[in-house]
Order: sequence, then structure tokens, then C-alpha cells
Amino acid sequence: MAKMTLEDLKKLRDEKKKSMDRREVEGKDIEIIIGMATCGIAAGAKDTMSAFLTELDNQNMHNVVVRQTGCMGFCYAEPTVEILMPGMPNILYGNVDKDTAVKIVRKHILGKVLINDHILDRPSADIMQQ
Amino acid sequence: MAFKQFILVCGGTACESSKADDIYKNLIAECEAHGVKDDVQIVKTGCFGFCEKGPIVKVLPDESFYVEVKPEDAKEIVAEHVVKGRQVKRLLYQGEETRKHARIEDISFYQKQFRIVLRNCGLINPEDINEYIARDGYAALAKVLFEMTPDQVLEELKKSGLKGRGGAGFPTWMKWNFSRKVKDPLKYIVCNADEGDPGAYMDRSALEGDPHSVLEAMAIAGRVVGSNKGYIYIRAEYPLAIHRLELAIKQATEMGLLGEDILGSGFSFEVEIRFGAGAFVCGEETALLVSLAGERGMPTPRPPFPAVQGLWKKPTVINNVETWANIPIILLKGGEWFSKIGTETSKGTKVFALTGKIKNSGLVEVPMGTTLREIIYDIGGGIPNGRKFKAVQTGGPSGGVITAEYIDTPIDYENLQKLGSIMGSGGMIVMDEDDCMVDIAKFYLGFTVDESCGKCAPCRVGGRQLYDYVDKITKGKGTLEDLDRMKQIGHAMRKASLCGLGQTSPNPVLSTMHYFPQEYLAHIDEKTCPAGKCKDLVRYFILPDKCIGCGLCARRCPVVCIKGERRQPHVIDEAACIKCGECYSVCKFGAVVRK
Repeated sequence: MAKMTLEDLKKLRDEKKKSMDRREVEGKDIEIIIGMATCGIAAGAKDTMSAFLTELDNQNMHNVVVRQTGCMGFCYAEPTVEILMPGMPNILYGNVDKDTAVKIVRKHILGKVLINDHILDRPSADIMQQ
Repeated sequence: MAFKQFILVCGGTACESSKADDIYKNLIAECEAHGVKDDVQIVKTGCFGFCEKGPIVKVLPDESFYVEVKPEDAKEIVAEHVVKGRQVKRLLYQGEETRKHARIEDISFYQKQFRIVLRNCGLINPEDINEYIARDGYAALAKVLFEMTPDQVLEELKKSGLKGRGGAGFPTWMKWNFSRKVKDPLKYIVCNADEGDPGAYMDRSALEGDPHSVLEAMAIAGRVVGSNKGYIYIRAEYPLAIHRLELAIKQATEMGLLGEDILGSGFSFEVEIRFGAGAFVCGEETALLVSLAGERGMPTPRPPFPAVQGLWKKPTVINNVETWANIPIILLKGGEWFSKIGTETSKGTKVFALTGKIKNSGLVEVPMGTTLREIIYDIGGGIPNGRKFKAVQTGGPSGGVITAEYIDTPIDYENLQKLGSIMGSGGMIVMDEDDCMVDIAKFYLGFTVDESCGKCAPCRVGGRQLYDYVDKITKGKGTLEDLDRMKQIGHAMRKASLCGLGQTSPNPVLSTMHYFPQEYLAHIDEKTCPAGKCKDLVRYFILPDKCIGCGLCARRCPVVCIKGERRQPHVIDEAACIKCGECYSVCKFGAVVRK
């Protein structure tokens, strides 16, 4: 990639902000975000991720993007997974093992129903939004 | 057919006990009665961590947050909120008077946490620079390069009141200013990512979740003090953090946000990663710089301070990961914004790694001035298994304990120091009544004795001597005179040791001796360990009249030293017993006794 100027940086920022607000990456409008810092991985986040990928394949779903992020701080509830999709509030799930991952795809994403006992609250408001 | 609304009922154990289950059932019944059960889903959640105000009910998508909800409130929530779309005002969370000091006025959200350092952790993909840029990443660097003079940057940092988060709490702007004033064509910027306190992982998480914020801040410092070269000293045991840092440096360099002629400004700055081998003393800044230069990591006397004469004898600004991560946001939002968060003397937030005997262990970032009670009970969800809170250890091997008596003290640099502990890098280990304070002191002291570099005698010899006394006490061989000797040695170490490691390593001992003298006395006078941790002072045996001979203890005993016929009282072979306490915790009949 070519080196950026100040203008390029501003342009890129505005572009990316819009696409992050729309939450749309290459035509995919559903996002599964998995906490994959050392803690999450130690608690099985890699298995969780492959369970999501397998189940999405099985369901033949192509409008979902699976992403990774850092640690949200919920050591006691790793792996944590956030689901962002149109028509549903953003939901953060904790203790997402393989079975829960499958449940999330089938019930939350396809069935638009929340799953008992796994929902967590975000630890704080986002200071970047203020 | 999708639900239009979701009602979340907190299902953490604390809330369960205060009737969360009834609320859940009532909400379902009310929704049926009002004919809205196809529009609303009632969901039980994990713990929301706001247990003191529980049970919590949260309605989505409008994010209404109801606290101290009673089962009979279900009717009103459904009738008013769900059916008529009007919030039930009396149940809504109201900000607390007592916490306003630690807040920016215009923020009224309910969460106890306030994330500045961790603002991007768990939100962005750390391996994609674009996501960092979308959240105003590198905007602060651009601002510093094109709109601000170095003096203005220092002025903002001064206004912000930011102090070093590595433990000592030295004002960051002053450090930078010292370096800036030295005339030298070659200066260095260093990030201290040698996180070594047992149970602390704040820096690792910050680097793994948001590596660019540290890189951006280092470049900013480079511009301000006149340096073109930065080093990140990180322990090799953090492979994922290293991987993400490497990736971040590569991406930023490719885009021209690091390297030659950043954004066409003429300013160049490059960052290199250096691995530490894991020696604890290398977290001490002078030892770190020696190790960074390729020599054996041992501290050097200060002055000269690194800001004036550091890496390869050149002026060096060295800050800890958490300090760096604060900088971009301070410059974007202004020093004044930052200075409104926290207490009079300690500004901003602090990240703690909350571990030990706590339900919701994890990484928490709270405004300075938050009390221990808020951290332990509101965020951490309290002590598991109904045990009683005993103390919390802060500051790792350099810190001390804070007892239940001081649980409502607002946490900042000054208050912790007054209590004989330190802020440290942010480890916070919660202990309950089953933890022995002498044993804890021995653990930390053992750690620092192992990690002492051996350069100065007070630390090398004093630490060993002190450890031997503590060890003697845990074996039931201590005397009252030993306590006085320990105090003397501890004070000598504090005064005479060369670096922070030796100066602070007696802290866990002195602090526990100060707050829990009765526990030391029990070990010395009565030769008992009240918490049952010191193996040489406890014995386990089975009361024959209470034992029903179920054999559970015998099956769980790792050294198979419990014998007995089925349905007959069992016996522990005390000579073979390793005193792990497994039999004691599994016995359902109170037949195993610890003395």
C-alpha cells in the first residue's frame, strides 16, 4: 500500500467509520465477533470459532462474517462472543462453548430468539461515541 | 415472526437469591395476560455485575436499566413499558451521589467501569489497522504533527494530570519534559511491557486488544522530545501480544503512519520490538534499559534518570503500556476532559486484573477514586461460596494488603500508599477467610527472593534473611523476637536497596504484620494456622462417631492414606498425609477435622 498523506488518513477514517456504523463488510450484514486474546483462546475461543464456521457452512449462510477482537475483560465468562445483526439488539454472550455456538447460529441468528443464561452486559459505555 | 423487544433478567447467583426467578416467571405470565408474548422475549442472562442493586432487569432495544426490581414490579414493567412504551421511572437506575466525584458530569450511564485504556479492546479487530483508524486511530498523531507544537502537547498532558501507570506514579509530562530539554540528536522512546507481577495481565490484554494505541503514543512522544526510534521491551512469554504488535508495526509502516516521513510531515519514527527473558527485575526501568542494550539486566543507581541518561546513555522516555495507551485519547479529547475523571490528585482511570477469591474475575477499568467495595462487590460480584472477605492484595510483590476495614477507601495513589500498599501495575488479588496472611507474605517474598538480581546486599541478603524468618514462623518455630528482627530487616531493605524491587519487597511482610498481628501471633504462640494453610501446623483426623464410612475421602485422597472398611469409620495415616485438605472439603458429614 502506498504511504498516506493527512488527507488520505481522514478519508480512510470517514469511509471506515461509515462502514463500521452500517456494520456491513463486503455485503455481509451479520457479524460474529469472538474475543481472542490469550485468555479467550485459553478458554477455548479457537474451538468456538471453528464451531461457528462449521455451523455456518452447514446452514449454508454466506452473509455472516466471523471476526476476532481482543479481551473484553470477562475472564470468568470466556470465551465471549458478540452478535451484531439487523433487526436484533447487539448482544454479548459469555461462556460460549461449541454447543452454545451452534445454538447461537440456529436460535439467535436464524430464529431471532435470545439464548438464556449466556447474555452479559457490556462493561462500560463507549467513550469514543461521546 | 421476530420479537420486537427483549426483557433481560439478571440471572447471576446474587440476583437469583433475590427472586430473579420469580421476576422471570411473572414477566412471562404478564406478557401472556397482555397478549404480547409473541412480541417480547423474556431472557435470563449471566451476571450483570451490578449485584448490590440487584435484581437487574434490562429492556432492549431501548436499553432501559431497571434496578432493585421486585417480582410484583413485573406487572408494571409489562403494562407500562411493553404495552404503552413508557419507562417505569421509579425503577430506573439513578446515578449515585457518592460517585459523582469520579465522573464526568454529562455521563450518566450505570456501568461502574469507565474504559479509556481498554476503549478498543473487545471492539476492534487488533489485526486490522483500518478498524483502529475508524475509531480515530492515528488522529492524535496527525494532530500532534500538523496542529500542535511540542509545548502544546506537554501542556495538554500537564493539564490532564496523567501519572505513570507502571506503579510509581510519576507525572508523565515531567518525564517527557526532562528528555525534551536535553540537547542530544539521539534520544529513545521505550515502552515497558515487561509485566511480571503474579496475577497481573493488564498490559498483555491491552497490547493484544489494541496494539496501535501504544505505537501511536510512542510516535507522539518521539515528536515531542525529538526522537526517531522507539523500542518495545516485552516478555517473550507473550507470543500473541508480540505477534499482534509485529503485525501492527508492519501495517502502520506500510501505510506511512510509522517509518520515514509520517503522513508527509517530515517526521520519521520507527519502532522495534525487543524480547525480555522474563526476569522480574527487568520491569524496573534502569534494569530494563540495561537488558534492552543486551547486557545482564541489573538496575543502576538513579540519578541520572533515564529521561536524561538512559538507553545507551542517551535521553530516554520510558513509560508503561497503560500510560502509553492513555495518551492518544488525551490529545484527542483534551487534557481537561481527562482531568475531570478521577480524584483531586489522581486523574483518569486504572486497569486492574481482579483475581483470587472473586466470582467475576476479570480485567476492570475504573475511574480513580472508585472504592474497593465497588470493584469487589459491584463489578466482581463478591466472594464465592458465601465466604467472608478478608483482604485484598494490591501492587503484587511490591505492595501490601488492604483489609475489610478500609474497603470503602477511594482508590488512588495517595490513599493506597497511606494504607501501606501501592497502586502498582494493577494486580488485585482478593482473599477470603481461608487465606493465611503469613503464607501470602511468604509467597510474595519467595517470589522476590528468587527474582532479586543480587547486585546490592540489602536486597540479596536481607530478602533471604526475611524469608527464613517467615518460613520459620509458618513451621511453628518462630519466636516473638523474630518479629522485631523482621521489622528491622524490612526497614533496612526499604532504605538501602538500590532499586524498587529491593525497596518494596518487604512490603507484603510488613503490611500483613501490621494488619494481621494476631495471625502471626497464632503461628508463634499457639503454633496454629487459623486458616489452615500452613501445612506444618495443621493435622487432619477423622471423628469416628461422625464418620459413616462412605469412603468419599478415601477415593479423593491423592496419596491414598485414608483407610477403612465400607460403612466403618475411616482413619487417616497422618505420617503419609500431605495435608492437601481434600478430605476436609469433600466430607459431607463434618467427620474430617482440621486442627
